[in-house]
Amino acid sequence: MTASPSPGVRLDIRGLSKRYGEREVLRNTQLAIEPGQFIAIVGRSGCGKSTLLRLVAGLEPATEGALFTDGQAVDGLHDDTRIMFQEARLLPWRRVLDNVALGLPEADRARGREVLAQVGLAERSGEWPARLSGGQRQRVALARALVHQPRLLLLDEPLGALDALTRIEMHRLIESLWLRHRFTALLVTHDVQEAVALADRVILIEDGRIALDEPIALARPRSQGDPAFAAIEKRILDRVLQKPAGTEPEEPPANDTRWTEGPAHALRWAV
Amino acid sequence: MNQQVQALPLATPSLGAARGFALGVARRLVPWLVPVGLVVAWQIASSLGWLSTRVLPAPVDVVKAAWRLTASGELWTHVRVSAARALTGLAIGGGLGLALGLLTGSVKVAETLLDSTLQMVRNIPALALIPLVILWFGIDESAKLFLIAVSVFFPIYLNTFHGIRNVDPQLIEMGRTYGLTRWQLYKEVILPGAMSSILVGLRFSLGLMWVILIVAETISAQSGIGYLTMNAREFLQTDVVLVGILLYALLGKLADLLARGLERWWLRWHPAYGGAK
Repeated sequence: MTASPSPGVRLDIRGLSKRYGEREVLRNTQLAIEPGQFIAIVGRSGCGKSTLLRLVAGLEPATEGALFTDGQAVDGLHDDTRIMFQEARLLPWRRVLDNVALGLPEADRARGREVLAQVGLAERSGEWPARLSGGQRQRVALARALVHQPRLLLLDEPLGALDALTRIEMHRLIESLWLRHRFTALLVTHDVQEAVALADRVILIEDGRIALDEPIALARPRSQGDPAFAAIEKRILDRVLQKPAGTEPEEPPANDTRWTEGPAHALRWAV
Repeated sequence: MNQQVQALPLATPSLGAARGFALGVARRLVPWLVPVGLVVAWQIASSLGWLSTRVLPAPVDVVKAAWRLTASGELWTHVRVSAARALTGLAIGGGLGLALGLLTGSVKVAETLLDSTLQMVRNIPALALIPLVILWFGIDESAKLFLIAVSVFFPIYLNTFHGIRNVDPQLIEMGRTYGLTRWQLYKEVILPGAMSSILVGLRFSLGLMWVILIVAETISAQSGIGYLTMNAREFLQTDVVLVGILLYALLGKLADLLARGLERWWLRWHPAYGGAK
């Protein structure tokens, strides 16, 4: 670690709403995130958690509300923020190191090498992405995000397509890099266990609004075998599953269809 | 190939290796049996006088004619003229096709304005333009270049357009969030993403280029392979006509090899081309 760790941004989400035509995906969301905090956002699919992330990334404009980083209003893409997508989205025609150094000035390629070493792929720097496994590709994508020394890292279910063992490895890697660089992190996931393993705070979004905001006080590194871990995971999972299909009294009827199509979903994933 | 051979159940290793080698050689030779046999039969038929030299000269005579033309330097002159024509036409038509394809593929207004017009013009076969082209340009060099340029334009235009349109939008979104400038996005993401499609267009164009060149040179020319063959026809030199035909085939093959070389180099990241080495 040569450079001093860049402190994360303070993120303020004030009254953020997003509508696609008639459908309201996110309504009046309020959220304040301390610098360097690791936040996990969980929720069933279609609850609006990915939309929230895309709004924070500046990929889509909000219908209402505003976004502040360090007290400054932001609009559109900003340079302090990097996003890691569900798919690695590596350029297949660029070798691994060139992918990591994408958009960097030539002088900063050394930093690309350094970060590639931090994700454990230094010796694969000359490889084509097509030759890497899914987990390795996501590690390259993580390196590509970190090389810009982001102050806010957004993670949009980046581990969803990986197998269970690779996912646990990636949890450790992400946690260690976060502890090292101290950026603010916002992770969207449908895996409650992943959320509890990584986050300082787990936020549950239901029908476009925040339904639960739970601080996780467990010491790091966290072990999934720990009874306290299991208790928290169970509590959040129960809360996610608590709301049965389409019986929320305050729900406008238009939204009910989304929940009635699949009442008996797999448990752990809270899909 | 050797692996397949070794996979066969074999009696003893040493005998197996010898037999494997023999099989390998045989497998390489067998595809040549028929063409070589045909040439030999042709030579015999000509030597025995069953084939009139006005229909088909003996293979040996064709080789002799090729040698004579090469030695006099005539062959080289004509090949050079023809190749220059083909490549100039390709550069003009292909370059325009590439530029317009990039434009309509990337700029919505340009697509709305130009694409449907170009799609209409595309339906006119280039050869149907010959009478008009002769009226416009006469029968000199520019007429030939025009015909070649028109015919190579469309495959490159269409494939460039579709290549640009089919670039993975997720990669473009990634490029935007990673702070690439417009030009960097174009250079790093869009152009390489469209490259395999553009090269398919180039290979189509190369095939068309030779066909149109042959037609154009056969209509009228004072030099080039077409001139060589038409001239030879008037003097009933069937051997020279055959040399010309073989030259066209050779040049076509050469151009195709070149295009495949480009594919292998530019798409070397793609498992289907360079083997991702």
